[in-house]
Amino acid sequence: MEKLENFKSESRFNHVPVSPKHLKNVLLSFYQWWALILISILLSFLCYPSFLSIQNLLNVIRQASLLYVISVGVTLTILTRGIDLSIGGVLAFSSCMAAWFLKMDIPIFIGIMVGLGLGGLCGLANGVAVSFVKIHPFIATYAMMWISKGSAYVFMKGDIIFELPPPFRFFGAGRLWDIPIPIFFAGLVLLVFYMLLHHTKFGKAIYGVGANIEAARLLGVSVNRTLIVAYTLSGVLAGLGGLLYISRLNAAEPSIGELFMLEAIGAAILGGTPFSGGEGGIINTISGVLLITLITNGMNMIGVSIYWQQFVLGTMVILGVLANQSIGRFSNFER
Amino acid sequence: MADDINIQTPLIEVKGIKKKFGGIVALEGVDLRLFSSEVLALLGDNGAGKSTLIKVISGAYSPNEGKIFFEGKAVKINNPQDATKLGIETIYQNMALFDVLDIPTNLFMGREMKGSFGILDRKKMRSQSVEILGRLKIQVKSINQKVKNLSGGQRHAVAIGRSVYIGSKPKIIIMDEPTAGLGAHESSKLLDLIKELRENGISVILISHNLQHVFSVADRAVVLRSGKVAGERKITDTNPIEILQMMIG
Repeated sequence: MEKLENFKSESRFNHVPVSPKHLKNVLLSFYQWWALILISILLSFLCYPSFLSIQNLLNVIRQASLLYVISVGVTLTILTRGIDLSIGGVLAFSSCMAAWFLKMDIPIFIGIMVGLGLGGLCGLANGVAVSFVKIHPFIATYAMMWISKGSAYVFMKGDIIFELPPPFRFFGAGRLWDIPIPIFFAGLVLLVFYMLLHHTKFGKAIYGVGANIEAARLLGVSVNRTLIVAYTLSGVLAGLGGLLYISRLNAAEPSIGELFMLEAIGAAILGGTPFSGGEGGIINTISGVLLITLITNGMNMIGVSIYWQQFVLGTMVILGVLANQSIGRFSNFER
Repeated sequence: MADDINIQTPLIEVKGIKKKFGGIVALEGVDLRLFSSEVLALLGDNGAGKSTLIKVISGAYSPNEGKIFFEGKAVKINNPQDATKLGIETIYQNMALFDVLDIPTNLFMGREMKGSFGILDRKKMRSQSVEILGRLKIQVKSINQKVKNLSGGQRHAVAIGRSVYIGSKPKIIIMDEPTAGLGAHESSKLLDLIKELRENGISVILISHNLQHVFSVADRAVVLRSGKVAGERKITDTNPIEILQMMIG
């Protein structure tokens, strides 16, 4: 058979002409970003001038950064056609344990490793349950949510840990060149995971497993290993998010992070990573995170009650999912 | 009987293959030989055991009893990777494609090309995908299209391209109903491709219900009925009516 390198292909690949319909489809596919721009403009008018202040914008991005770190983990699991419902509990548990070590007279590095390590361990347990034991991700991570949250409550015995060491507080509350540190963490997570998802074999495996797990298995992809790593990373990122969170809060207790699960999953879905798996990614999640954070920030500025905020967020996610589906249904373009 | 070929060592030979699923016996002691540069048609009615047999050969199933010999040596094929290592590639009926992923990703899944630092060489994979489709004489609008947007024939091309051109050159390609759902033009292209594979030294095991297609490409035919071999013929020595009789008994 002719070596591929020697073959001069006669294939004709007509580049799709930029017809009006095609253009419309491409523009439509970025609907989240348009929504983002629109909402930003709206808020700048409604809450003029405070919304557009550097302080407020940095605040928004800082908040979004924290949510982003956690949402990237969830995005990974959703990409594999799974889900991680445990991030709230894992965050609480790993942060409380980390805080306990941080309060001791030992290098803060140990507390940080405990936080990340415990998150990773919970994630590992999820991954093994989903891959080898073949438990449905919903059930496995739902169980882990209760196990981790319960463990946090048991461990803390009703106490709150206050006053974390100043060097640790730098991560969540500090600034570098007047930019909040969590933003750098989000940037780092974005970089690392983008490379992982789009430039490594592992990334292809994640998408492959999500798109067609049986086909992936037939083709020799290490499906179990891929799932385990995905869920472990989700746990580690929940741990990282938790550390950033308690660093800013300067306190740790078992009830923290309850809203994060809904917001993180909402961000991934809104951003365009559907539950069916194999599509979307962490760039998409940026738009979802920003949308949620912006709307929350805007509602706070206008003075909307926190209960209505949850209603609005829930409605947004549904509308976003519908928008995603209808755009996918009515056109055959590539995203 | 196909007795002139007896002198050669078969490329692959399975003896006494039995496969049960719970109480159901899918294969009751099947013998089959495939020689090099040969197109073997595996025929039989629904439930005769064709899919089960090829899944045993491709490593998707393990037989309860029986032996497999590859180029004369006894082998065990316990998983699809074992089959691939021997040079056996399978194109299943559903083609095992990733609908929501693009063409290069589908072609290279599990066997991606790496550049420096272990990073994927996406440019090279894209350009090779273009070449592969060209080689199969398939035109697509864009290599970055999702496979779900391709026609049946184009999807088949991707599945075949993956088996034939990615990784090392296979010795055997198993095709399960490759012309099902294809129009006349696309079917004829596919049959030409099967002939080309044979010319290039790749043997093909072809499962098909379409006897017209079978008679146009196959060298030999093995007919299964109720999990057993009902007959084996050289295509030139038989005709569709005889084949049909063997199929339904």
